[in-house]
Amino acid sequence: MFGFGLFKGLLITLKNLILPSRLFTTHQYPDRKVGPIELAKFHQDWQNTSFLQFLFNNPIKIIQSLLGLISIKDRYPQHSRFRGQEFGWYENRCTGCASCAKYCPLGIIKIETSRSGIDLDEGQKYKVDVFDIDMGRCMFCGLCVEACPYDALFMGSGFEESKYFRQELNIDIDNLKNNDTKPSNWFRPQLEGKNYDPRGSGPLEWNQVGRHEKPSDTEQASKWGKR
Amino acid sequence: MNFNNIQNLINTLIPSLPSWIVFMSAAIFISFFVINAVVMTGALTVWLERRLLARIQSRLGPNRWGPFGLFTPIADIIKMIGKEDIVPSTADKKIFNLAPIVLLVPVLLVFAVIPMSSNSFLGQLNIGILFIVGVTGFNTLAVFMAAWSSRNKYALFGAMRGVAMLLSYEVPMALSIVSVVLTTNFILNIEGSSLSALSLVGIVEAQRIPFFILQPLGCLIFVTAASAEMSRAPFDMIESESELGAGYHTEYSGIKFAIFQLTEFLAPVATAAIISVMFAGGIRGLSIIPGSISLIAKIFIIVLIFIWIRATWPRLRVDQIMNFAWKFLLPLSLINIFSQAVLLQIFLSSSSISNTELWIIAGINWIIAAVSIFILAKVFGHKGRAKNIPIPSPLANMEFKSE
Amino acid sequence: MPLKTEPVTINLGPQHPSTHGVFRLKVTFDGEQIVDAEPVMGYMHRGTEKLAEERSYVQIVTLTDRLDWVSSMTNNLSYVRTVEKLANIDVPIRAQYLRVICSELQRIASHLIATGFLMQELGTFGGTPLMYCFREREKILDMFEMLCGARVTLSYMRPGGLIQDAPPEFWERLKIFTSEMPGYVDELESLISDNEVVLARTKNVGILSDRVAVDASITGPMLRATGVRWDLRKAHPYEIYNSLHFEVPIGSNGDTFDRYFVRINEIRESIKLINQAVEQIPSGPIRTEIPYFFKPPVGTAFSSVEAPKGELGFYIVSDGGISPYRCHIRSPSFINLTVLKDLLVGASMADLIVIFGSIDVVMGEVDR
Repeated sequence: MFGFGLFKGLLITLKNLILPSRLFTTHQYPDRKVGPIELAKFHQDWQNTSFLQFLFNNPIKIIQSLLGLISIKDRYPQHSRFRGQEFGWYENRCTGCASCAKYCPLGIIKIETSRSGIDLDEGQKYKVDVFDIDMGRCMFCGLCVEACPYDALFMGSGFEESKYFRQELNIDIDNLKNNDTKPSNWFRPQLEGKNYDPRGSGPLEWNQVGRHEKPSDTEQASKWGKR
Repeated sequence: MNFNNIQNLINTLIPSLPSWIVFMSAAIFISFFVINAVVMTGALTVWLERRLLARIQSRLGPNRWGPFGLFTPIADIIKMIGKEDIVPSTADKKIFNLAPIVLLVPVLLVFAVIPMSSNSFLGQLNIGILFIVGVTGFNTLAVFMAAWSSRNKYALFGAMRGVAMLLSYEVPMALSIVSVVLTTNFILNIEGSSLSALSLVGIVEAQRIPFFILQPLGCLIFVTAASAEMSRAPFDMIESESELGAGYHTEYSGIKFAIFQLTEFLAPVATAAIISVMFAGGIRGLSIIPGSISLIAKIFIIVLIFIWIRATWPRLRVDQIMNFAWKFLLPLSLINIFSQAVLLQIFLSSSSISNTELWIIAGINWIIAAVSIFILAKVFGHKGRAKNIPIPSPLANMEFKSE
Repeated sequence: MPLKTEPVTINLGPQHPSTHGVFRLKVTFDGEQIVDAEPVMGYMHRGTEKLAEERSYVQIVTLTDRLDWVSSMTNNLSYVRTVEKLANIDVPIRAQYLRVICSELQRIASHLIATGFLMQELGTFGGTPLMYCFREREKILDMFEMLCGARVTLSYMRPGGLIQDAPPEFWERLKIFTSEMPGYVDELESLISDNEVVLARTKNVGILSDRVAVDASITGPMLRATGVRWDLRKAHPYEIYNSLHFEVPIGSNGDTFDRYFVRINEIRESIKLINQAVEQIPSGPIRTEIPYFFKPPVGTAFSSVEAPKGELGFYIVSDGGISPYRCHIRSPSFINLTVLKDLLVGASMADLIVIFGSIDVVMGEVDR
């Protein structure tokens, strides 16, 4: 009554305007406008110069950044469990059991295998001829990753795989082989134990991602060699 | 710079020209200058409003084009011009095309009489305030033209609300102007000035202390009514985007829509200019600062307040808006005129006037404002939030174990 | 001369800024007054119940994410509880606590969205309260990302428990969140609840009587706003709600303001619940391993939870196969929407939007 509530509201919006902790919850993507100090920090990462030195060396850049014209690359900080787009697949680990294809709720994984003739110590494996994932219909539920018994399939960490045509969203086996595999930690406690961050660290090799270390030759011989 | 100066300049440069050519060329020059300046101001207001709203809402706002996103309005305009201009096949095409212009022109005309220096652009119009009241009345017509001709039910709803609201709020607005003119007339008469009390220059001249201090009630009524006139929050009934899509300009696209948007963002500037001239002393200010700069600063501050209000308050329903106009603002403005007239009669009947007397009038006016708003709010106001006491219903109440 | 007037029929939707998706409402106006309203649903029918018949019991979890996409956690919870009831699967205690924490976080997020969009429909330009609500919701989504790698379509729960245990940084963020959130809620409430314009727009608008509400089997905050104290968390406690203490906020006369007010108070209660659960949570396993294509015994099961919008229930008929024979979803949004006409007739156009917003529906759940 009497409009006091209205003015209380005005004060709250003013508080949100002024308080720095309430500002900038928006993340600018793919690049972020920066002021001179942040710019200097960004440059210091690869040039070991002090802020003053940087200021002295690049006066034009400083003026530009004061005018809000300079932007640096930025991405939203995301957790290492993020279920991203680029599937990571390790051919060496995959036996072609097609559990992923079975468990996919949409049936978008297509696997064709043939007898490889490779007789490993651990047992036989199939040669995977076709491994197609129709990313256009994928909903990133991660059931395929959950299903994989040999830790061969992983979720990715990115979200920038958009294409102009729907056909291009089909990922085939060459694509999976050639990609850098930076597996997400989702449903992979062994990676979480190693504090692996798919965004910061480099790609992992097939023998680094398993639930267990690869058994040594003697262990293999003792376990399976007699067969 | 004003009309007379330019006429003189042209006369001195080319002495032998016929007077009507001088008149026309001066008019064209000055209107070219004013219109461009005003439209650029509108574009800047768009940027300011978007940025400030974003900051209030803890967002960032446009920051990509140019320094701090200052070129965003230009990009917007280019995009708007590049868009297809769709006219609905069932629309009344002539009126449909005319409506944006009818809406824009009055806003530009207002700036013709704003005294940016000791004189206004078009010289001294001695019925300036009447001109403003008359010219801004056009927007009712424009809104209705736009809605009726586009043959869209949503637009029609917006226009029905709009016409009722705009017409209603003309009344308290005009009445609050009356009290300003009344005071101006008294003060100018006593000072023996030759200026007309209806001219904006005269109103500025009379403001020894700004009128928003001298008559707060009048200022409050004018600001409220003006924000309804330009249909901004909390009176943005015409284009209430959550109900009507876009209201009266639902069917507009391309450059015509750009004109609607421009008008929407120019209206606060124009209103702020009128308010700062009528209630905040116009070009009066600190003696160090040039008059036009102090006026621009005042306009800027008032626009900021409008944006702030827009970011905070929800809109009222149409019947509540009408109730507010007729039951609340109209009695208040009548009280305002009456009390102002009585006070002036008591204090200013002598042949001289001192600032002390004006301050006394101001004090009495503040008291009257507070008391009358209090009483009217008691009579017509909403009952407010009675401390929300939950009333359990007998149906299906759970048996609570005492914990 | 008397003017001839006639009612105007307007199609509100399916494409309209404030129909929360694709909802169509054929409204007949007499001036600004509504004389008739006919809701038309089904523009977003995706056949979730039919799709469920062709999927294994684990795969259906991903379908439930897409029912009410602002509260996936409670959808998951309701479904997995039904499957657990059907197949008699035990859930570890730690998983139950985590489920409660997650569903209360989701309740906060959903109520924030409801409040924010109600204010948006009241016409705060650009939605200042909406942005504040989203700012807080974003923190919850970040926490969900820590749990399960997704922000909206979570698929966090599985029959028998949860997919993964929470990482340590989740508990830190949760602690910060629960300590900061009451302040933000107070601020939001003083921005909204004391505002005279909001009061004028929402008080005594869209009054739903308790009798009508109970007869139409309305649930959730909409029912509690009418004064009926009914909350499944209290009435039929599931998971570990028995061991937690909380109030059930109710309203006084069931108008739009009460619906908003109940939601705001429920956010406070949810924070209390989370705090208690975090204190009590034991360590241990979080999942009873079940086979992927497991076959529950022949039979039926119905189970429901208190979702943010009301009682969300799943009814599953099993014929002993790997996928359900029939899966029926009792979705709160759909049933809460059935009283729309009763609320609307006699109101004005501006009230229509506010009333519809206060019901807080998500079309994915209405059309399923």
